[in-house]
Amino acid sequence: MKQPILEVRKLQKSFGGLRALDGINLDIHEGEVVGLIGPNGAGKTALLNTVTGFYRATGGTILFQNQDITHRPMHEIGRLGIGRTFQNIRLFRRMTVLENALVAFRPFADHPLRSLIAYRERRMAIARAMHWLELLQLADKVDRIASSLSYGDARRLEIARALVGEPSLLLLDEPAAGMNENETRRLVDDIAIVRRHVRAIVLIEHDMDLIRSLSDRLVAMDYGRKIVEGASAEVLNHPEVLKAYLGTDTEETVS
Amino acid sequence: MISDQLFFTGINVLLAWSVYIGLVTGSLSFAQGAFMAFGCYGAGVLTVKFGWPLLPACLVSAILSAMIAAVLGYPALRLRGVYLILVTIGITFCARVALENIDYVGGVGGFGGMRGADLNAVIVAVLIVGAFLLWFSFSPLQRICDAVREDDRVASSLAINVTFIRLLGFSAGAAIAAIAGALYGHYMNFVRPESFDVLLSIYVVLYVVLGGTNNMLGPLIGATLMTLLPEYFRVLAEWRPTVFGLAILAMLLFRPLGLLAFRLVTAHASVSAPRKSGSL
Ligand SMILES: Nc1ncnc2c1ncn2[C@@H]1O[C@H](COP(=O)(O)OP(=O)(O)OP(=O)(O)O)[C@@H](O)[C@H]1O
Ligand SMILES: [Mg+2]
Repeated sequence: MKQPILEVRKLQKSFGGLRALDGINLDIHEGEVVGLIGPNGAGKTALLNTVTGFYRATGGTILFQNQDITHRPMHEIGRLGIGRTFQNIRLFRRMTVLENALVAFRPFADHPLRSLIAYRERRMAIARAMHWLELLQLADKVDRIASSLSYGDARRLEIARALVGEPSLLLLDEPAAGMNENETRRLVDDIAIVRRHVRAIVLIEHDMDLIRSLSDRLVAMDYGRKIVEGASAEVLNHPEVLKAYLGTDTEETVS
Repeated sequence: MISDQLFFTGINVLLAWSVYIGLVTGSLSFAQGAFMAFGCYGAGVLTVKFGWPLLPACLVSAILSAMIAAVLGYPALRLRGVYLILVTIGITFCARVALENIDYVGGVGGFGGMRGADLNAVIVAVLIVGAFLLWFSFSPLQRICDAVREDDRVASSLAINVTFIRLLGFSAGAAIAAIAGALYGHYMNFVRPESFDVLLSIYVVLYVVLGGTNNMLGPLIGATLMTLLPEYFRVLAEWRPTVFGLAILAMLLFRPLGLLAFRLVTAHASVSAPRKSGSL
């Protein structure tokens, strides 16, 4: 098999005595959509945060496209091509939908001073942003203030914003959380399209239907470790996984 | 004298903008007194001791001031909120004490002999800085600064170097304050270190709070009103600090975003090419 694009090796993240990540290993390969599941507090978000540099790893290494990014600052990790969304939606609430997407336009983010005089690139920026906004069905809402969006639109805008940065690896933290059934169904279609534009996706979800229909492979976590990894049906029915979910008072969220 | 009043209004507008440009990137600075002092003394040394004309002296001191701000800002801007405010107040204190102890520029006694700035000079400076800020307001850089201010962590996940943007705002503010300082010194002919007190830094921040921090016109209005009003109402002048305090309180209660609160939008979809549907 080819070299994975993301290699997480014995990654550790402790908060005082609490081990949010306890020596986890994970490989993400080209073309994959990997579902990351596990009960509340398993360390899924902590893994995303450590990979993207939000948390400083307390041990282990992260290789992205063969480069060690373990202790690189967040913006450099973004520049290398890792994009993400957030479990608790984090839009620039006072900006319009279009402005939110434009913030991520890489030529401006990478060279902010040059953006003062880069008039020709401004039209390119808008074209890029509109492209992703259209793909995520937000084209008719571009001039709305972000804080006025519905929950589903806000989540899709977060995905669109990440995509404007043209990441090769996209990390989605519970994109369907709080969506109704209709919105979730639309999201499944959207992510199916998005996957053609990025090299790999990691998807954290509690909605098992969504996970099943989108992931090529599942990784189940508990207590900061990987407990099972493999095909969806296999992992979802694995006794360890069932035990992990039963062991805590998590209800399988199907909203 | 009317031209005096207009001159000081111009200086205060420049200072208010120097605070505003830092605030755009999310840093509130009370160090403007220090950068103003640096601009004044720096340009003063160049004109008085080395015989430079005012314009290049002014520009050189602005650039040096921006560089000093970058060096000081690198550690200081890691701090946020109250801690950053305290550090910038500290910078203003240190600048004053340092100047009082440098005999080359007159120490406590003050520094004189600077001349050549008039009302026209400050008007030109206000127009140039204002035009620059307007240009900046509609640029992608403004949007990037907004992003850094609203949520620095999200901004960095979008490949924006937050530290660089903050240093940029702080340094640009320092340069503008230095220009104000240079013009002030060369208009007054004589300054003392105490001219650049912490109180001055505080007043400048208050102009901005009063006028509004959402766009470049807020600081302009705030500084103009607060400079000219006390001149026309003598009562106001005597009770200046009190009136100021009350005005700020009233603001916070009734218009927490300042007198001019509207936000400029940096992009409209209408600019875009004709819509196409489907994927590329
Ligand atoms: N910033 C932090 N400070 C202290 N503890 C933290 C922090 N972030 C996460 N933790 C802890 O790390 C553990 C893993 O949390 P994490 O958010 O990764 O869980 P999760 O798998 O994403 O759960 P959920 O499904 O509820 O989102 C939890 O015990 C959590 O309390
Ligand atoms: Mg989580």
